[in-house]
Amino acid sequence: MSNTKIRRLTIARAMAEAIQQEMQSDPRVFVMGEDIGALGGVFGNTRGLLEEFGRERIRDTPISETAFIGAGVGAAQDGMRPVVELMFVDFFGVCFDAIYNNMAKNNYFSGGNVKVPMVLMTSTGGGYSDAGQHSQCLYATFAHLPGMKVVSPSNAYDAKGMMIAAIRDDSPVVFMYHKGLQGMGWLGTEAAATVDTPEQPYQVELGKAKIVREGSDVTIVGLAMGVHNALKAADKLAEEGVNAEVVDLRSLVPLDRETVISSVKKTGRLIVVDEDYQSYGVSGEVITSVVEHDYSLLRSGPKRVAYPDVPIPFARHMEQFCLPNADKIVAAFHAM
Amino acid sequence: MTKTQRNRFQKGQNTMLISRETKLWMYKTMLLSRRFEETIEQIYLEGKTPAFNMANGPIPGEMHLSNGQEPVAVGVCAHLNAEDIVTATHRPHHQAIAKGVDLKRMTAEIFGKQTGLSGGRGGHMHIFDTNVNFGCSGIIAQGMGPACGAALSRKMQNKPGVAVSFIGEGAVNQGAFHESLNLAALWCLPVVFVVEDNAWGISVSKQDSTAVARNDVRAAAYDMPGHFVENNDPLVIYKVAGDAIDRARSGGGPSLIEIETFRLAGHFMGDAEAYRPDGEKAFLESKDPIPAFRKILLAEGTTDVALDHLKDQVEEQVSAAIAFARESAYAPAEDALTQVFAQGEYHE
Repeated sequence: MSNTKIRRLTIARAMAEAIQQEMQSDPRVFVMGEDIGALGGVFGNTRGLLEEFGRERIRDTPISETAFIGAGVGAAQDGMRPVVELMFVDFFGVCFDAIYNNMAKNNYFSGGNVKVPMVLMTSTGGGYSDAGQHSQCLYATFAHLPGMKVVSPSNAYDAKGMMIAAIRDDSPVVFMYHKGLQGMGWLGTEAAATVDTPEQPYQVELGKAKIVREGSDVTIVGLAMGVHNALKAADKLAEEGVNAEVVDLRSLVPLDRETVISSVKKTGRLIVVDEDYQSYGVSGEVITSVVEHDYSLLRSGPKRVAYPDVPIPFARHMEQFCLPNADKIVAAFHAM
Repeated sequence: MTKTQRNRFQKGQNTMLISRETKLWMYKTMLLSRRFEETIEQIYLEGKTPAFNMANGPIPGEMHLSNGQEPVAVGVCAHLNAEDIVTATHRPHHQAIAKGVDLKRMTAEIFGKQTGLSGGRGGHMHIFDTNVNFGCSGIIAQGMGPACGAALSRKMQNKPGVAVSFIGEGAVNQGAFHESLNLAALWCLPVVFVVEDNAWGISVSKQDSTAVARNDVRAAAYDMPGHFVENNDPLVIYKVAGDAIDRARSGGGPSLIEIETFRLAGHFMGDAEAYRPDGEKAFLESKDPIPAFRKILLAEGTTDVALDHLKDQVEEQVSAAIAFARESAYAPAEDALTQVFAQGEYHE
């Protein structure tokens, strides 16, 4: 890998590069979705692909999510490897049958004879006053339903490696990218998501969490934007002499419970950060994983910093009041 | 004259050109489907009398029979090869049999046995046979998008094959119907949509659910040919479906066909069918397409002996499939935890 070129990429560019490289090496890979052609994706993740591959393999679709996600399923079952974009995850309400009854169940209902090697990429997250039909994360809704892998990267390196792994996976993968991490200035982007990314294709294994900061006093678990909030909280806690360990889940399905449990074994304290709705979600699942394994690992009650169970409001101060942030994580630690 | 009307007038009614071999295949396949379902119907009731409990007996769960609708399946599938794709519905047996799905393994699947097509995970509403590219979904109209995708796949790979998506007349008011028709026409996909109009969406009649009397007119909205076939006639269905499938195969794009058929049974077994007008059932039974087809074949010179011989073959096939299913073992219950993902991975 000595001749590998390393550049700093945004997640948007890393995703586009991953798709581009897979399309160059595998003629079965193609992209379908709304505004993924000439526009290059509303969130930049297919930029440049139309110019290189043309309209046959970079297919702008009508606004018909039920039809084109269903078509993704049919094409995948017939031997193609479609990458299908659901522009905002919030739009799943108009097309969920194609996703959870067809895409996610056909492998099972066929006894493993029908494979659905499809990537459904979709944007998540708020923080820019788009209100509750364009700002949700909904990670847990997808992760709750069996048969699809669910991943959400926090930085460009992981985004590229996970997208390549997702395209090569024989199971359907829901690739959830956070709008605030895309590197699109107009969305108030998180700069720390733009990182060094090798030009050569590589994979980041799905289902593996990563310890992104080592510590011994408390484990802070998050994904996507939550990881960045956790890292900022860890910096603040360090000023108080508290050593926080930060775990980036990266995948919700499969969920790397072992890495979380190992970390809590070391720290004895657990905070879960989640921008999805609090109840019945990621935070409950992660905490339960630890407690079921061995409840004596915890030296104090676990905490969660998640989105309250309310629709996401428009007004900036109201939305910011609801969103997880570093200060809330620090406060959660102090309350332990 | 609209394009749709023009197509209707061009529709050939001359069914004399259909080969005797094809007609006999159609008759035999209709009979196979009917005898299969009559047998399933009997077995389904085992353990469910005197008190009907859907969960009991060797075949638990819902059971949607297609008795009466066989002409649609054979008239369309007579034009299909193993490589062609079919997406079917919650009422899939006649289509599966006509497409050549492995009858033994399908029967075992209906019984929930290990030798079933998916080892008992799917059951009667989730029949998948990759050898003949057959699949179905229990959700109304939701096979249409996947049919478009399979057709797109063939087109992009420049591989032969067309997709046929069967739906019921109750599916035409789903978003998936309109979205898929638009997508198929927009991308000129080799797909044919076949509406089996059995007049009832469970208990709600077509006229009480649909603003147009005939759904073939809706094809005009998507600039594709629309065809309507009256009277559940297998030979006319064969002709019309053949035109549409040829068109799709030769790159001409999608078509929509609505076929007037009827179900002789209820929506599912256990349906009291109180919604049917008095006398409807008896009237439909008098129009049973299988004896009617037999009459035609006899009139054309096929002998009783030859047709009885086909019936014997069918009985043998059904008996063998049922025996296979009954004699097969159940998979270990823990198999429920496998095949969630490709390669059988299960993630706790």
